[in-house]
Amino acid sequence: MPFDAANLFPILPEIAILVTASVVLVLDLYLKEKDKDINHTLTLIGLLVAIGLTGAVGGGDARVVFDGNVVRDGLTDLLRGAILVVSLLAFVYARPWLKDRGLFVGEFYVLGLFAILGMLIMVSANSFLTIYLGLELQALSLYALVAFDRDSKKGAEAAMKYFVLGALGSGMLLYGVSMIYGATGSIEFGPVAQAVAEQGMDNKVLVFGVVFLVIGVGFKFGAVPFHMWVPDIYEGAPTPAVLLLGSAPKIAAFALAIRMLVDGLEAIQPDWQGMLLILAVLSMGLGNLVAIAQTNIKRMLAYSTISHVGFIFLGLLAGSAQGYASAMFYAIVYAVMSTGAFGILLILSRKGFDAENLDDLKGLNDRDSWYAAMMALVMFSMAGVPPTVGFMAKLLVLESVVRIDLVWLALVAVAFSIIGAFYYLRVVKVIYFDKPDPDMPVLTTSGGVRFAMSLNGLSLLALGLFPATLLSWCQSVFV
Amino acid sequence: MENVYLTIVLAPLLGAIIAGFFGGRIGRRGAHSVTIAGVGLSTALSLLVLARFIWGDLPVYNEAVYTWMVSDGIRFEVGFLVDRLTALMMATVTFVSLMVHLYTIGYMADDEHNWPHGALTGKNSYQRFFSYISLFTFSMLMLVMSNNFMQLFFGWEAVGLVSYLLIGFWSTRETAIFANMKAFLVNRVGDFGFILGIAAVGMYFNSMDYAEVFAAAPAHAETQVALFGGVSLMTLICILLFIGAMGKSAQVPLHVWLPDSMEGPTPISALIHAATMVTAGVFMVARMSPLFEMSETALSFILIIGATTALFMGLIGLVQNDIKRVVAYSTLSQLGYMVTALGASAYAAGMFHLMTHAFFKALLFLAAGSVIIAMHHKQDIREMGGLRRYMPITWITALIGSLALIGFPAFSGFFSKDAIIEAVGHSTLYGSGYASLLLTIGVFVTALYSFRMYFLVFHGTPRMDEHTRHHLHETPWVVTVPLVLLAIPSVVLGWLVIEPLLVTNWFATGDWNPIVVAHDHDTLHTLREHWHGQWAFVLHGMTMPPFFLAMGGLALAAVVWWFTFAKNPKIDDQLQAMGGPVTKVLQAKYGFDDFNQKVFAGGSRMLGRALWLGGDRAIIDDGVVNGSAHRVAALAQRARHLQTGYLYHYAIAMIVGLVGLLTFFVVL
Repeated sequence: MPFDAANLFPILPEIAILVTASVVLVLDLYLKEKDKDINHTLTLIGLLVAIGLTGAVGGGDARVVFDGNVVRDGLTDLLRGAILVVSLLAFVYARPWLKDRGLFVGEFYVLGLFAILGMLIMVSANSFLTIYLGLELQALSLYALVAFDRDSKKGAEAAMKYFVLGALGSGMLLYGVSMIYGATGSIEFGPVAQAVAEQGMDNKVLVFGVVFLVIGVGFKFGAVPFHMWVPDIYEGAPTPAVLLLGSAPKIAAFALAIRMLVDGLEAIQPDWQGMLLILAVLSMGLGNLVAIAQTNIKRMLAYSTISHVGFIFLGLLAGSAQGYASAMFYAIVYAVMSTGAFGILLILSRKGFDAENLDDLKGLNDRDSWYAAMMALVMFSMAGVPPTVGFMAKLLVLESVVRIDLVWLALVAVAFSIIGAFYYLRVVKVIYFDKPDPDMPVLTTSGGVRFAMSLNGLSLLALGLFPATLLSWCQSVFV
Repeated sequence: MENVYLTIVLAPLLGAIIAGFFGGRIGRRGAHSVTIAGVGLSTALSLLVLARFIWGDLPVYNEAVYTWMVSDGIRFEVGFLVDRLTALMMATVTFVSLMVHLYTIGYMADDEHNWPHGALTGKNSYQRFFSYISLFTFSMLMLVMSNNFMQLFFGWEAVGLVSYLLIGFWSTRETAIFANMKAFLVNRVGDFGFILGIAAVGMYFNSMDYAEVFAAAPAHAETQVALFGGVSLMTLICILLFIGAMGKSAQVPLHVWLPDSMEGPTPISALIHAATMVTAGVFMVARMSPLFEMSETALSFILIIGATTALFMGLIGLVQNDIKRVVAYSTLSQLGYMVTALGASAYAAGMFHLMTHAFFKALLFLAAGSVIIAMHHKQDIREMGGLRRYMPITWITALIGSLALIGFPAFSGFFSKDAIIEAVGHSTLYGSGYASLLLTIGVFVTALYSFRMYFLVFHGTPRMDEHTRHHLHETPWVVTVPLVLLAIPSVVLGWLVIEPLLVTNWFATGDWNPIVVAHDHDTLHTLREHWHGQWAFVLHGMTMPPFFLAMGGLALAAVVWWFTFAKNPKIDDQLQAMGGPVTKVLQAKYGFDDFNQKVFAGGSRMLGRALWLGGDRAIIDDGVVNGSAHRVAALAQRARHLQTGYLYHYAIAMIVGLVGLLTFFVVL
């Protein structure tokens, strides 16, 4: 293929991240221990530049480059922005934790940036090959991140499990892709969509392939019964790694679903609707139920993730523009919420101590009322209490299933979110009504972390009160 | 203009936020400065807007500022509709509010004494009070400037909330808490109707926007709703909306909260429970005139309710001894006049009376407050008397307010009240004869109770104890200046605005006419056709029964409570004793309170108790909530063991999922 510089224009944000990752990789070799802050600064600058470039190259009509393999459209713009902003917050929260443990090394940033690069490639993929490429880049970086505290046995175990199950998941996805290729003769979404529309649902090979694709999507999201990795990895991995793999990758997984199932296979939506429906009900049910029994807050948040995935699926399975937009809104909001939740856990941790258990949050209000308020906001939002944005997100996905006359499904979702409210509110109760252990030291955090956390927490309130802007962005993607 | 309108609304909000959240830090001076600056800015801009409507050619503004959400095709927006009707309300609201802000500096200066020693709630109460009244101004402006039903409802509830907070401001007093709870609950009844009305609008018009709804309304003139055996849609909507107005504007039988609301500090009685909030219902109906014109049933309903309120609430004023309660019953009665005007389709006259009343009633309340300050928070008029010697400014301004209230010729109240009575006289709707009669008698009653209070307070011999009398003196300038500033419009406003408001239909701008009157409902046309200037109106008015009734009431009051009282100080009690059962009925306020207390309050408590014991504790708590919670917890404990920690179990789970999906979707 002849090289055309204009092809590069739509992927400038990816290039910025790649450049940053490469620079940090090389530079880190020459940095002294005390100068490692440069990695951090460079990473943040790289992310900010990428955010700026996302804005600069964004907008306007969709543009397909690289022989139909890469696309830049409204979905790309918005998801790129969301991934970059959420990751930026994650890096800000992670720094003190890494420093305290002597893990403030270049690898964390390099791996993190490559994972982000993988996600960006996923959101701008226009063929099964590109999307798989992005997926693997992201996954491999995250496997390594989970194990990057090399002395931690739990971390190594988690990474091992993640790797093996991830390989299984990827294998199934790839197998599904090969089936689709066999049935349609293409791996580009456009031609696939055409071929699928012609063949319709009668082709059993297509449906066979879709089952594997849905499993791949389900695995990436962590939907029941492909969720088994989630709790173990959340608990075992170092918290900064959980922060990186628990937030932005959900947005990337959303892109995976939209690109493959909607861009490529919308013609057989009734088929994958049924599959997603089963996964959604199982996820909401199991996630909310088991979360109640957890005393480890990281594990609890893992199960909460699973239940939120069920909600995102509700919007996806609706198969309408409104449904996709509401699922997108939910995915973005969820990423912001989970960043906040794990951010608080990082803030509460210190040298030689990881905040992991519910008890570690006891009396947070007495120790630092502002962080307590932020955590309460995050929890209210996750539980879906108005006027936080979590309520709005739930309302929108419920509306989309009600519109396709699946009222029973909406009722199931509401019932499970009531059950779910219990464990979120328990956190709030622990924060406000329990007394802190007397030997808990005073919380010390830098101004930057406090600022980022305030932004993070208050944005949940602001978006809940004024959801129109973000919502209209989401809706403009699917018209 | 969008920025100007936003500033008008947001400046008081900003003041309220600063004074409310940072009151402790900025202190008393900071709190009243910042709120007065905010409301002052709003007032200046509102007057500017009004001036540009009067002397300039400001176009009508009707735009959405922010789209909050879109649901099922209905847009929920924040937007402003500013036409001449709105501009008039904005100017009235902000001006009275500014006066009340100034006055409050004096009235609340010693607020510490109103709290038990060391009460935590009494801390920074001064700042909190300023924050509340500024917040009220914001809410009221949101209400009047709205261009859609949603924002109207927001403003409606927000003013209700602030009213609740302020009635119970002295939260350590049992009576204040009772009163604010009562106000809240009674308003809930009204608001229930109101929101049903809005829902009906949303259901049939698919829009929240005034202009869109008004434009679509004629198409629904014949629509019937299958309810109570079929009613016209317009009648249903209008009566439901009016039920909301009955709550807020305290119309019989939802009036019971207003007299009790006098438990709040006097400045808010003036601002909220006389001049502005309680007139929101009147404004709302005038704003919705295109809808109300389409239902004669609703108009008749309004006419009867309004007239009933106007006379019967005035009568209660005769037997009250608390200075604020007399004024409160007079407010109820005057609200009745406004509402009756609406029922007679004389929306312009209703708005006219709303405006003149806002000024003279705020004046009367603030004068009453001034007396209360001087009397060291004693409010019983039987312990007053002869105050004119000690408080000349309060005395003169109260006299002006009372004259305006009873409709003394050429005072502002004369014009607006006469216009209403004339308009109702021309109405041909069912119930108009009844309304006309009641309003005319009401004039006599108004003069009687107003001057009963006036003479008992300012004339005769001083009856307060020695200590109080020794300390009697005129109140400080922050109190008297608002009195004087309110007294001026109370005298001249009627003269100035009657012609534009009632004769030349000033409300219409270009082809936008906010006040729509159907041709055969036009009860003001005689007034318009026979208009020969203010003098002619005054002279004509002086030949009509209302004038003689007012003068008769005034004269009778003078004879009884001025001349006779000087010789026989027990005359008031003797008269009340002579009244026998009539007095008893009036003192019991026709039994509304007892009835509500026993039947509604008692009944709902009984029902609540039954539901609590039987439903809540037995079924919900023990059965559904705790029962299901236990079951869920047990299930959760079992389900968590699915997570074994073994990698091969996890892989198996994935394979099982795969096989399951394959079987279900491919094989079957």
